[in-house]
Amino acid sequence: MFDVVIIGAGVIGCAIARELSRYPLSLAVLDQASDVCEGTSKANSGIIHAGYDAKPGTNKARYNVRGNPMVYQWAQELAVPCKNNTSLVLAFSEADLPKIDALIERGQQNGVKGLSRISREEVLDREPLVNPSVTGALLAETGGIISPYGLTIALAEHAAVNGVEFRLDCQVQGLSHHPDPEGKNACFLVQTSHGPIQARAVVNAAGVFADSLHNLLSEDKLTITARRGEYYMLDKRIGAQFTATLFQLPTDKGKGILVTPTVEQTLILGPTSDTIPDKTDTRTTAAKLEEILTTAALTWPGLRKDSFITSFAGLRAHLAEGDFRIGRSPDVPSYYLAAGIESPGLTAAPAIAIDLAEQIAADFDLVLKPEFLPPPPPLPDFSLHQLADPDELDRLAAEIARDPAMGRIVCRCEHVTEAQIRAAIRRPVGARTLDGIKRRTRANMGRCQGGFCTPRVLEILAEELACDITTLTKSGGQSQILTGQLEVKA
Amino acid sequence: MSGHLVDLEKASLVIVGGGPAGLAAALEAQRQGLSDILLIERDQQLGGILNQCIHTGFGLHYFGAELSGPEYADRFSTAFAAAGITCLLETHVLEITSDRVLTVISPQGIRKIAAGAIILAMGCRERPRGALGIPGTRCAGILTAGMAQKLLNLQGLMPGQSVVILGSGDIGLIMARRLTLEGAKVKAVVELMPYSSGLTRNVVQCLQDYEIPLLLSHTVVETHGLERLTGVTIAPVHPQTQKPDLEQSRFIACDTLLLSVGLIPENELSLGAGVVLDPATRGPLVDQSLETSQPGIFACGNVLHVHDLVDDVSREAEQAARSAVAFLEKAAKPAPQEAVDLHIKTDHEPAVSSGMPAGQSSLLPVLAGPGIRSVVPQLILRNLDPETIRLAFRPARVYRAASICLRNDQGQLVMKSQRRILTPGEEARLDIPASQWPDGETGHWQLSIEV
Repeated sequence: MFDVVIIGAGVIGCAIARELSRYPLSLAVLDQASDVCEGTSKANSGIIHAGYDAKPGTNKARYNVRGNPMVYQWAQELAVPCKNNTSLVLAFSEADLPKIDALIERGQQNGVKGLSRISREEVLDREPLVNPSVTGALLAETGGIISPYGLTIALAEHAAVNGVEFRLDCQVQGLSHHPDPEGKNACFLVQTSHGPIQARAVVNAAGVFADSLHNLLSEDKLTITARRGEYYMLDKRIGAQFTATLFQLPTDKGKGILVTPTVEQTLILGPTSDTIPDKTDTRTTAAKLEEILTTAALTWPGLRKDSFITSFAGLRAHLAEGDFRIGRSPDVPSYYLAAGIESPGLTAAPAIAIDLAEQIAADFDLVLKPEFLPPPPPLPDFSLHQLADPDELDRLAAEIARDPAMGRIVCRCEHVTEAQIRAAIRRPVGARTLDGIKRRTRANMGRCQGGFCTPRVLEILAEELACDITTLTKSGGQSQILTGQLEVKA
Repeated sequence: MSGHLVDLEKASLVIVGGGPAGLAAALEAQRQGLSDILLIERDQQLGGILNQCIHTGFGLHYFGAELSGPEYADRFSTAFAAAGITCLLETHVLEITSDRVLTVISPQGIRKIAAGAIILAMGCRERPRGALGIPGTRCAGILTAGMAQKLLNLQGLMPGQSVVILGSGDIGLIMARRLTLEGAKVKAVVELMPYSSGLTRNVVQCLQDYEIPLLLSHTVVETHGLERLTGVTIAPVHPQTQKPDLEQSRFIACDTLLLSVGLIPENELSLGAGVVLDPATRGPLVDQSLETSQPGIFACGNVLHVHDLVDDVSREAEQAARSAVAFLEKAAKPAPQEAVDLHIKTDHEPAVSSGMPAGQSSLLPVLAGPGIRSVVPQLILRNLDPETIRLAFRPARVYRAASICLRNDQGQLVMKSQRRILTPGEEARLDIPASQWPDGETGHWQLSIEV
């Protein structure tokens, strides 16, 4: 019996787990995937939104604006790459300028600071590659970028250090509430692919699947549709030429196609927005990839295909009401909900997690644990841009003197060393798959997309996990990378 | 002073890369009398990509013998070991500056090395799936042909059982045969262009001999499968526009898609050193001495332009080594350098303006004209003693009974050479005899194919 079971190991589930691990509770996070951060949280724009876009008075507006400074603070505490690079919303005609002003006004109603309209000249001064036909822009000074998987994994690790159990590859197949007339021993029974699990409280943070779980418990039925967003990713050489996140004016379908550098210095273009029936369908499509190109070219006319390194797609959980549903369930005691978490969910995650943890603490009369352990020290990261700094070089040299594997480069594109890959496997909630290594170290994420390093990464994974190399997967399930081994003939 | 970083070391010549190009360059530099040579290799052994090329066909031109890749590499690495040239293995170059200081990392630590001259010999990488933008799922079972070759030949690991290969580059063709021999079913090789991009001998020996269909003017339009690949959808493309005709698309069940869709010279270090690249080759702009836009930095092998035959790589590397030694001998007296605006015509990009230093008109640009995709060298240094200049070029498409024409900026013919067949899959060469050495009046040369 766990005190609280959290279903879903995305950024919301992991953030709630971390916040709840401050209290004396037995906690488990369940996810059907083989790793944390395998759903919406791994494939989004990675934007720290300022909060000018959401409709005033909504949960989206409230949690976004509260969450914005908290994400920066959390990123610093957890050593997650993040940058306050500012956001620009670009106008391309005189008629667009009043829409910029309307966005500023909406942002101010939401309580967003640091919003202003800047001139064409200032836009081009800040971002020389932007289409010179730009007429002006909204500048959001609190806009930023963060590694969405970096944040999710760091939260999971910190939660695990403080006693949270992560049950991965664990699909929830049933969920029921068993009230106790005495009111003392009420519990939930979670049927999973790994057997039944009991819990005193359940948090539903199951992303696009939150509705079907919720509807097993509550009479207040929810419908979540999956909206697919497709992206292109470009080489670091290109990303380095941009500073701010460049939005176009939002439409009724969302915030439109953006052009943004990532904290890893690549550039992403996207997302499209497409309602799809199958909630596992993360494929990319020719039509939408083409749409990205034509739309992003308005922001950046110099866009060329020869620097593309990959394309990807993620699903966003969209509730019919268009807002986040956060908090206690109205009809099921000890059941808590974080549903419909789409953009700006990443920015909102800290505020959502803190609110839910406080609600649960209040409902169960909890006080903070006397001892809350700090996050594990971050994975050493020595990317090339830091090596211009002689101190950084010296620190790396000292690391190599301690562990020669820190000097053995495995991923040449991102300069990832053997020691970093081994550490990523050995950490709390460590990597078990090729994609797990990728999100923790960036090996496989660079311009060759794993063409050179994959064979060596597989060897290291097999060594560390003491398993047959042919059982290793890209991302769990039946995603084996190899189909067999050659027979050695004498 | 730091406790861990060693002082700046020095070497006359640093060669980056211990594959066929780097090894040949090192040996030739020593034959030219240079002793202070340092070769840097990131792998645990020398030989580069040859080590995984266990098929034969190497060395026919250079050694007059048909060797496997490891045998070809072994001839060079044995000579290299006997020559006693210093080399750093498991050492990765992190950065090269324009003033020729290298920062390298290895399990032994971090070093900074000041080089009198540098030869870039880093080779190339394969274009990944993402660079093509093939729509569909991103499941396991989609990998480059070279990675499959490494898994199979060096680690004894099978990447798949039922295979479609996209692209008819040489590695893809070689892997079609290799996987077949190991019991996999190669269902088709799908090629976007109306011709194979590999060598004819590979099409015959690797596909036709094993009855593997080569589908020209076709491409993969979607990948299927959530976890492991379950199949691909292919479609014929319009031979000129390459637009797929989705109405004629069909599904092929397979668990593996191998990609052999082009090689990209690995020039990230070169760019960091300020070396100007040719958008057509994606390698450095060089003159006939193989010197890049940065004085004292030379390039050879697949980092300069993608070669079909390793024999040509070895020869080219020797040229780079002779030039580097000559550069070192000139004892670097810096002449006043002026930037000239070079207009290199390519299909891909507008003219590039380069900071190529030059004694003004001493540099003659060689332009890729009609029918030519790329040409190396892109520049001729003409204030030298006349000698034969070899131009290596790729035709833009297949030509039969065509002439290679080299003309000056007045349109006058400098040289003409008849060819029975020219194809993008086989890099062609034109030797310009010393008697045709450009005079000071000529503004540029243009190479073209005329039918």
